[in-house]
Amino acid sequence: MARIEAEVGKPKGGLIKWIDDRFPMTSTLKYHVTEYYAAKSFNWWYVFGVLAFVVLAIQLITGIFLTMNYKPAAAEAFASVEYIMRDVEWGWLIRYMHSTGASFFFIVVYLHMFRAMLYGSYKKPRELIWLIGMLIFLVLMAEAFAGYLLPWGQMSYWGAQVIISLFGAIPGIGETLVEFIRGDYSISDITLNRFFALHVIVLPLALIGLIFVHIVALHEVGSNNPDGIEIKENKDANGVPLDGVAFHPYHTSKDLVAIIVFLMIFSAVVFFAPEMGGYFLEHANFEPANLTATPEHIAPVWYFTPFYAILRAVPDKLWGFILFVLAVLLPVFLPWLDRARVKSIRYRGWIYKTALSVFVVTFIVLGWLGTQPAEDIYVLAARIFSFLYFAFFLLMPYYTSIDKTKPVPERVVYHG
Amino acid sequence: MNEDDVDRIDRNRRHFLTVATAVAGAAGVGLAAVPFLSSLKPSARAQALGAPVEVQVGSMLPGEMVRVLWRGRLVFVLRRSEEMLSRLPDDAAVLRDPNSEVAEQQPQYAANETRSVKPEFLVVEGSCTHLGCAPLEDFEVRPAESWYGGFFCPCHGSKFDLAGRVHKGVPAPTNLRVPPYRFVRDDLILIGQDTGAA
Repeated sequence: MARIEAEVGKPKGGLIKWIDDRFPMTSTLKYHVTEYYAAKSFNWWYVFGVLAFVVLAIQLITGIFLTMNYKPAAAEAFASVEYIMRDVEWGWLIRYMHSTGASFFFIVVYLHMFRAMLYGSYKKPRELIWLIGMLIFLVLMAEAFAGYLLPWGQMSYWGAQVIISLFGAIPGIGETLVEFIRGDYSISDITLNRFFALHVIVLPLALIGLIFVHIVALHEVGSNNPDGIEIKENKDANGVPLDGVAFHPYHTSKDLVAIIVFLMIFSAVVFFAPEMGGYFLEHANFEPANLTATPEHIAPVWYFTPFYAILRAVPDKLWGFILFVLAVLLPVFLPWLDRARVKSIRYRGWIYKTALSVFVVTFIVLGWLGTQPAEDIYVLAARIFSFLYFAFFLLMPYYTSIDKTKPVPERVVYHG
Repeated sequence: MNEDDVDRIDRNRRHFLTVATAVAGAAGVGLAAVPFLSSLKPSARAQALGAPVEVQVGSMLPGEMVRVLWRGRLVFVLRRSEEMLSRLPDDAAVLRDPNSEVAEQQPQYAANETRSVKPEFLVVEGSCTHLGCAPLEDFEVRPAESWYGGFFCPCHGSKFDLAGRVHKGVPAPTNLRVPPYRFVRDDLILIGQDTGAA
C-alpha cells in the first residue's frame, strides 16, 4: 500500500501538480507575476498602467450591468437611460461610474503615455509595446466615441454627426464611406444599433486582446525605469536583475496604495461631481436628440478636444481632416522621430526638456481651446498651438540629435 | 535583500498586515457588489406595473370565469354556482391537501373549505404548481372518473378541483396559489392587495 502511494506520488499540493502537468499555471504565474522583475526605482509615474487596468475592469462590469436595462433603439434609448437613472435600484450609481470611468480612462491613459515620453519607454527595444499601446489608444477613442452616441442626447447625436461627417472630406469615396458608417442617409436608429454592437462587443474584445498583447510584449523585453537603463544587463548569480524586484509582492503592494487613492478620487467625482461642470457629461446631452436643431455650442467631451481644436483651426475641410488624423497618428512614430541616445529625461539636455514642457502646455491649451466657441481669438490661438503641436513631433529628429545628453549610470539611481 | 534583513523581518506583523488587508479588501468588494446585485431586483417601474388590479364581478353569471393578469401572472376569477359549491366536499377522498394545510398556498383568510373570502367567488393563480403551465378549466362532471369539475393542466396532467385543490397521484405538489385580494365592494375585487385580515 505504502509502495503504491510512493509510486503514484502524492506530494503536498497534489492538485497544483495535477494542473501543472496539463496547463502551465505555476510557470505562467512565475514568469508574469512572482518572478517578473521590474526596477526597484519605480516612482509614482509607474502606477498608471495598473490603474488603466482598474478602470477597464470598472468599465466592463458597469457596462455589463447597463446593458441589462439599456435599449439600443432611437425611440427608446434616451428614456431607457433616464429609466436607469430613476427607476433601477442603484442605477444612477452604475451609470455615473461608467460615464466617469470613461473620462478617468483617458486621464490615466494620457498620464501613462506621458510617462513613456518622460523616460523614453517607447525607444528600442520597446517600440512594439508603444505601437500596440497606440493601437489601444485608437480603439479606446473609437470605444468612447461609439459609447457617447448611446444615450441619444442632443450632444450624442450632433457630436456623432460632426465626427462621422469628417470622413466625408476624403475625396472620391467620402460620401459613400459616411453612408456606410451610418448605414442610413442620416444618423438613425440603424446607426445607433450598430454603434451599440461596436461599443459592447467588437471594440471591448479588441481592447482586451490588445492589452493582453501589450503586456506579453512588455514582459518579453522587461519594463523600462526612470533612468532608462536596461536592468537585465546587471544580473546576480541566479539570473535575477540586481536592480529588479519581483512584480508580486513588491510592485503590487505599491500599486495597491495607488489603486486605493485612485478609487477615493474616482468615488469623490462619482458621488459629488459626476457631470464635472459639463466636462464629463455635457449639459446639452440631458435633452433627447433633436434632428431639427443643433445645440448652440457644440464640442466633444474633453478627451477629444485637443484634436478637435486642431481640426477647427484649419479653414479647409480636407486639410482639417488630414491634420486631425495626423495629430492623432503622429505619436505612433515617436520611436523613430526621437534620435536621442539616452532614454530618460534625467539624462537629456535642455532642448528636449523645453520641447516636452512646451508640448504639455500645448496639449492642455489645445484641449481647453477645443471646448471654447470657434471665434476669432480662439481660432488664432488654436492655429498657434497647432503649429507648436506639430513642431514638437516633426522637428524632433533634429532637436533630439543635437541635444547634449549626460552620461547614463550603470545602475539605477534614487532621487530622494 | 541580505541576510541581516531576513533576520529583522517581523513575521507576525507581516502576517497581521496581510490578513487585515485581505479582510478589508474582501469587505470592500462585498459592499461594492451590493448595488450591482440590487440593480437586478424589480425596478421602480416593474413595481409600479405590479400594482393591484381591479376586477368587476357584478355582471358575472354563476359558472362564469374570467382571466385577469396581475404582475403579468394569470389569475382565474370563477363565480361558482350553488351546485358547484355543493360538489366541493365530494372530492375530499381524491385530494392531497383538502383542508389547505400548506400555508404558503393561500392567505390566512382563504384557508377554509371554499378557499375564498366569499364562497361564491374563487380567486386563484392560473399557474400549475408543478412547473407553471396555465391549467384549462373543465367544469363537466364525470363521477366515473372521480371528476367533479375543476382545472386540468395540459402539460403534465395535473388536476385541481373547483377550489384549486390538487388531486392525488399527479405531478403538482400543492393546491393552486390564492393571491392576496379583497372585496372593495360586493361587486369589485382588488387583486394584489388585502387588509391583512380581510
